[in-house]
Amino acid sequence: MNEVPKRSFVQRIHLKLIIWLGLFIGLVYWTASLTGVNLVMFFENFDQFTALLDKMARPDWSYTQLVINPILQTVQMALIGTTIGTLIAIPFSVLAARNIVKNPFIRTIIRFILNLVRTLPDLMLAALFVAIVGIGPIAGVFTLAVFSFGMISKLFYEAIETIDEGPLEALQATGANRSQVVIFAVIPQVFNYFISYFLYTFEINVRASTVLGYLGAGGIGVYLQRSLNEFAYDKTAIIILAILVVVLIIDTISNTMRERLL
Amino acid sequence: MVAENFIEFKDVGKVYPNGTVGLSHINLTIPKGQFLVVVGLSGSGKSTLMRTLNRMHDISSGDIMIDGQSIINYKGKQLRNLRRKIGMIFQNFNLVKRSSVQRNVLSGRVGYYSTWRSALGLFSQADKQKTVEALRRVGLGEKLYTRADQLSGGQQQRVAVARAFMQDPKIVLADEPVASLDPLTTDSVMNDLKKLNDDFGITVIVNLHSLELARKYADRIVGLRGGELVYDKTIDQVTDTDLDNIYQSEGPEPESEAIVMHSATEGVI
Ligand SMILES: Nc1ncnc2c1ncn2[C@@H]1O[C@H](COP(=O)(O)OP(=O)(O)OP(=O)(O)O)[C@@H](O)[C@H]1O
Ligand SMILES: [Mg+2]
Repeated sequence: MNEVPKRSFVQRIHLKLIIWLGLFIGLVYWTASLTGVNLVMFFENFDQFTALLDKMARPDWSYTQLVINPILQTVQMALIGTTIGTLIAIPFSVLAARNIVKNPFIRTIIRFILNLVRTLPDLMLAALFVAIVGIGPIAGVFTLAVFSFGMISKLFYEAIETIDEGPLEALQATGANRSQVVIFAVIPQVFNYFISYFLYTFEINVRASTVLGYLGAGGIGVYLQRSLNEFAYDKTAIIILAILVVVLIIDTISNTMRERLL
Repeated sequence: MVAENFIEFKDVGKVYPNGTVGLSHINLTIPKGQFLVVVGLSGSGKSTLMRTLNRMHDISSGDIMIDGQSIINYKGKQLRNLRRKIGMIFQNFNLVKRSSVQRNVLSGRVGYYSTWRSALGLFSQADKQKTVEALRRVGLGEKLYTRADQLSGGQQQRVAVARAFMQDPKIVLADEPVASLDPLTTDSVMNDLKKLNDDFGITVIVNLHSLELARKYADRIVGLRGGELVYDKTIDQVTDTDLDNIYQSEGPEPESEAIVMHSATEGVI
């Protein structure tokens, strides 16, 4: 009796898969018509796009000199913002972790705050901080700090929730207090994840801060906006290239570091 | 007579929040410096009994005295001071795998430091020296800077013994310390525990499944069944048939098991 069990008709034609595929296509069509996505228009106006590319293909290399400082400022903004956000995120993530804080009340409140912070769009935050501290990189730093805080604290507390709880129990049994349990049994287990998530957020922030410049929050974004307003696409090209180079460098550094750590 | 009645369980009962009976009517006195082995089937309450002593579990009724003091209402600092005098060894070692052996052993000492001093790693020279001594005692002197996850299971358990030694414990609790080890490493870990007992008069309580080991190391063997103490003899009085009885599922009191089973299922529903 070594027969392979036969698949039923429904299993053979993968009925479920077909139904899901049909549903998916229907949904895409429906949302496209609802939001007014028009593919025809997209292709009709394609020549505009190529015209723009054409202008950008002749970058104004002399502009490179001027771009270096603002792009370094962008990197600095991202670094400081990410660092501030991370430092605040550490205690919050510990308090939000189910295996550390058994009290569901505290945890729920902390998580509610974190969710709230994460729902704030970063452009709105930037507008807000520009209004409070004025145009300039400080507004960008604050925006990135809040954004990093929201993102990192979630990544951190999820990392904390995956740790081996044995050492926590062992430390508690030696008479260590709560903070000592966290320092000696939790942090060593998640430290590498923390570094890795920090680098990841830093990468994202470098990219995000170019957009923030649009709202006057400092860095390269200000220059990007200016060049676009002046239709100086030869300068835009330089800025985009510069951003690309910096992002590539940071990606490479942080990827190699993360691979070493994990 | 403090020495005679070092640890006293007085009619101790423990019911878990889900209704499972962990312990019932436990009366047990343990003199200072005894090597006590607790045996019993899985689920008989061995771990529960052990954990009531360092208050990792709270009891529901009765009283527990250590050195003439009731410990059941200890809180905060007082509880931590109790715990730092009680070392604990676990079946799966519970070392911080990513930390060095040194840091794992030192972590047995943090109860003696303020949060800030321990956080900054400001351990005294004497305590750092003591780590080396603790590791030498378990034959791992050269592993000081090795990461814990690079050690074998047996070595990890011996580091755990060293960590307990760092606490300057009066009592060491070992919950099935050798359950996942081969016979050879089993002996070295059991000998490490025995040495703590012999050299420093530390009271050692070990949960074991192996009767052979129990007879080899114990001064006294107690048996649990369904949360009740059903056996208690010093080693010179223990016979083979006694021990077989503890491990028989149809023993003198089959109902007690049934009750535990019953309330356990109830708790789930
Ligand atoms: N946290 C808990 N919540 C509810 N019931 C529990 C809990 N821990 C243990 N129990 C129950 O209490 C009883 C005694 O468990 P205990 O862990 O003390 O047994 P044990 O003798 O150590 O068993 P083993 O040899 O398997 O380790 C069992 O019925 C168990 O299911
Ligand atoms: Mg157990």
